[in-house]
Amino acid sequence: MQLYLPIADIPVNVFLILAMGAAVGFVSGMFGIGGGFLMTPLLIFVGIAPAVAVASVASHIAASSFSGALSYWRRRAIDPALALVLLCGGTVGTALGVWTFTLLRSLGQLDLMIALSYVILLTAVGVLMFWEGLRAIMRTRRGVAPLARRSGSHGWIHGLPLKMRFKRSKIYLSVIPVVVVGLVIGFIGAVMGIGGGFILIPIMIYLLRVPTSTVIGTSMVLTLVTMVIATMLHAVTNHLVDAVLALILMVGGVTGAQFGARAGQKIRGEQLRLLLGLLILAVGLRFAVELVIRPDELFTIRETGGGA
Amino acid sequence: MIARAPLAAFVLALTLDAGFTVAPARAERLIVSVSNHRVTVTPNYSGEELVLFGSVEKDASTPATRTSYDLVVTVSGPRADMVTRRKERVFGIWINTDSRQFLEVPTYLALFSNRPFDAIASPEVGRRQQLGLNNVLLTQRVGTDYADVVPNDPFRSAFVRLRTEHGLYREETSAVTFLTPTLFRTGIPLPGEVPIGTYDVEIKLFSDGALVTRTETAFEIVKVGFEQFVANAARHNGFVYGLVTAAMALMTGWMASIVFRKD
Repeated sequence: MQLYLPIADIPVNVFLILAMGAAVGFVSGMFGIGGGFLMTPLLIFVGIAPAVAVASVASHIAASSFSGALSYWRRRAIDPALALVLLCGGTVGTALGVWTFTLLRSLGQLDLMIALSYVILLTAVGVLMFWEGLRAIMRTRRGVAPLARRSGSHGWIHGLPLKMRFKRSKIYLSVIPVVVVGLVIGFIGAVMGIGGGFILIPIMIYLLRVPTSTVIGTSMVLTLVTMVIATMLHAVTNHLVDAVLALILMVGGVTGAQFGARAGQKIRGEQLRLLLGLLILAVGLRFAVELVIRPDELFTIRETGGGA
Repeated sequence: MIARAPLAAFVLALTLDAGFTVAPARAERLIVSVSNHRVTVTPNYSGEELVLFGSVEKDASTPATRTSYDLVVTVSGPRADMVTRRKERVFGIWINTDSRQFLEVPTYLALFSNRPFDAIASPEVGRRQQLGLNNVLLTQRVGTDYADVVPNDPFRSAFVRLRTEHGLYREETSAVTFLTPTLFRTGIPLPGEVPIGTYDVEIKLFSDGALVTRTETAFEIVKVGFEQFVANAARHNGFVYGLVTAAMALMTGWMASIVFRKD
């Protein structure tokens, strides 16, 4: 069934978009991430302009992270204080990100920036996650108990001032790194059209030492708010949010996420990380290959407005 | 930089075109009509084909020797500025380097005729009357100048090729069919991703390699109903549109968490 998208200005197959939403939703439910890093490239691949894809995916991630956050809230797996501090940085970061997005679009280097940041970010995070998952699996194979939280090993982050007690997560931490993390994730999310959950979760676990019980729920709150803000800002400044496209993605996404979440519970944590690492790495490498290999088409056309 | 060299050599004085319009001998008259003057884009729009009908009306002053005609139909969509960028290898990766701006060029351009352009008229007439994609004026900004370039300029040919691949530029030299020696028709295919706006249709009648007469008509492609509503809202009420989209996202998320609630 073909449907004409009012903002993207092209007809698309509804079932194809719905299936893409469901597939990405499945992955995001399984790993507890937004899945924007998969959705945006897929939309671009189908022929939707990168700028429209980035802007529309923001609202799609908002929907899936809201349904996720609600269920985590009911399980009391969200740390409200931590989420609030993260959001202080997150909102500023998102605003900066949308501003940068607009600037890059006018310079004609948006596609390159999106591709480059995907390559760098995804390959780096993918390799790290894959490596970490592999080591964890090796450890359990050798019969060594997985490393417990080393309460004594305080890094430089824990020496920073402005400390605050986050009750539900049971950590005592400076607000500075938390705000900075929120800022960076908000910025990256707005520019790249991703929620940033797949970066945020490792950072929170390894850098901020947030316990796994609250990490996913709390990161979802940050994703939710930054993506709602990103949707608003993209709508106001660039007029590129395609609500029809977003709605199809949301419906597919939230449905797929439920099945993904159930599948995810059957797989062990370190194997899940290994799989996610591989997936992220694969997407990153695909972008890398595209940049390095001589493209079939060296020319691109972009409308720059104007006209009588 | 290499690409600029032929460009400088072949800059055409634009006034030449305007000054040389052949005064048509008003012996024939063209009467044309498009099957639909208002194409509406609805949610299930995925392209359409219009039909242009017409006839050549002769009068007493028509030379008796004039028996066969040639027709060239030019359909040009709303105009816009476009940038063509070329990727080059820089530090091992392919990035956009050189670019060329095309000014006020048609977003949709179709040229139809009943036989090849070089059979209809001489190359010089072809250039003057802009017959064929190679001869259509596509103004570029070259430094501070505005000019078209030779047809084999890499940016121009890439531009035409890419638009053609999307079905937005087309050239068909057998699309116009004469049903009788004076009655003709041609189809105007509009792809799904066709730009919204007013389309000008110019019909030129040739005989023995010279322009006899010309006429113009037009049709428009408009978004209606829901499509128009959404597009207008996004453009003119960005804030409200964003709010509604965000609210929609939250609603969808909330509904999902209710529907799929396990406990």
